[in-house]
Amino acid sequence: MNLLEVKNLSLEFRTRTGTVHALQDIDLAIRKGETVGIVGESGSGKSVLSFGVLRILDDAAKVTAGSITFAGLDMLGASESSLQEVRGREISMIFQNPRTALNPIRRIGRQIEDVLATHTSTLRADMKKKAIEALASVRIPDPERRYHAYPFELSGGQCQRVMIALALACNPQLLIADEPTTGLDVTTQAAILSLISELARARRMATILITHDLAMASEYCDRIVVMHAGHVVETATTAELFARPRHPYTARLIASTPGPAQSIATLASIPGNLPDLRRNDLPSCRFHARCERAQGDCISSPLPAQAVRCLHPL
Amino acid sequence: MNAATLKHIRYVATENPVTLAAFILFTGFVLLALFGPWIAPYDALASDSSVALKPPSAAHWFGTDSLGRDILSRIVVAARLDFGIAVTAVAASFAVGSALGALAGFFGGWADRIIGRVADTIMAFPLFVLAMGIVAALGNTVANIVIATAIINLPFYIRVARAEVNVRRNAGYVEAARLAGNSDLRVLALHVFPNVLPPMMVQISLNMGWAILNAAGLSFIGMGVRPPQAEWGIMVAEGATYIISGEWWVALFPGAVLMLAVFTFNLLGDGLRDIMDPRMRT
Repeated sequence: MNLLEVKNLSLEFRTRTGTVHALQDIDLAIRKGETVGIVGESGSGKSVLSFGVLRILDDAAKVTAGSITFAGLDMLGASESSLQEVRGREISMIFQNPRTALNPIRRIGRQIEDVLATHTSTLRADMKKKAIEALASVRIPDPERRYHAYPFELSGGQCQRVMIALALACNPQLLIADEPTTGLDVTTQAAILSLISELARARRMATILITHDLAMASEYCDRIVVMHAGHVVETATTAELFARPRHPYTARLIASTPGPAQSIATLASIPGNLPDLRRNDLPSCRFHARCERAQGDCISSPLPAQAVRCLHPL
Repeated sequence: MNAATLKHIRYVATENPVTLAAFILFTGFVLLALFGPWIAPYDALASDSSVALKPPSAAHWFGTDSLGRDILSRIVVAARLDFGIAVTAVAASFAVGSALGALAGFFGGWADRIIGRVADTIMAFPLFVLAMGIVAALGNTVANIVIATAIINLPFYIRVARAEVNVRRNAGYVEAARLAGNSDLRVLALHVFPNVLPPMMVQISLNMGWAILNAAGLSFIGMGVRPPQAEWGIMVAEGATYIISGEWWVALFPGAVLMLAVFTFNLLGDGLRDIMDPRMRT
């Protein structure tokens, strides 16, 4: 049984300059306890998808088709109050720029207590102990003292640890990590990701790791979902995806990931840009203009509804 | 209020002598407002025609007015009334204005348009004339001076709160609070509004001085507080007629105290902001 199931999801933004077809026909399934990576370049719809799952979107966004089911709850039909119950308790999210994601004038201990007070029946007397435990669980040194710290007194990495403590305070079933290491230095990145995957394993928590870094996804994810221009183009287990990419975009993406043996000069890049998603005559395969395997039917024939959404896979 | 907060207040005060001076003056004014009637050397209302219009002396430091009342005592006693009017008026416009402004800035759309137009409408009047009009229409009482002062200050709070909330409504921590399952109003009250307080503090302090000036100004032209009650504006008005005949002290001293009070609040603003904002504590 899938914990989170997104089916045929299409989502648009109505803007002054036209309708942006941000997501089209998205299928995504997350099982209990597994880690799934969503990779794709900027603007491919990774973040819109994750915010869409939590139903936190701008007023201009409109779901035009499809369904989102989380643990039996129809997220698209659910009332705002039941969504508030889910957010933070069942599905938590951490995102990039942890510095700005913490309230600058509230002590971090208090911020954790806020979440506990919103979603759990923790007694007032236990609050402080629980908050310090949460800080200790993400291995913040000296949690009793950090409890009283303001966000600006912590480093970026520590802020992200606090964010993780906040996100996991109520033992959610699903954690969405939206580029959790952007803006952190490389050693901190590794430490943060190891911490996330370790906590996820210990709590049997499903994790969605959103990133544009394929190498990073390969290290921490069981399965990888590749997105391009609002489409899911390929879904496969990590080993399979790297051993035998089927979609041309995935193949190009893997080829353009730097490895230790490569020099920058030999690094491949993907020609062209994402198509303008405001166009009304978007081809059925949105990669076709950048694809060397493209043929005439890529523009008009519907894409096959399978794990590899390509008419001419590798 | 814990040890760290006190330490921080001490730091802000000692680091900036102007702030320290403002705090000392402010404390002095507050003490006058609280204990004025006990501090004053004479009865502020008791007239004694034998000492009418006497210049400053050892017995009457600030001299006496046309009815022989001690000017120093009247200034001291008047502090409570002037501060009372200013504090109540500013508190009222802060409470109403910041709430309306925060709603307008946070939700935008129709709320923003309606609240914004109301603020613009108030601003379209010359504010002192509007205050005069309100007092004239509602009746000549101290309560109506408070209401008038509160109303003319309202747009400033609405605008500051709206602008400050607006730049924060999409901040990372606001998004994070929503994602953690907080309702819009809770996000606004718990996470956005407290962040807006430091800049609002400056506005409050500046406004206090202005509110005192406004209340005194209304009394000066004969609205609101009525003689023989001691009030700085009335005292200046009464003294103005004697300046030409050489009895300068009747108008000078209440005027100088009024100026000092406004000055104090203007200086206080920056210090208050530094105390309110934890980011300054490094």
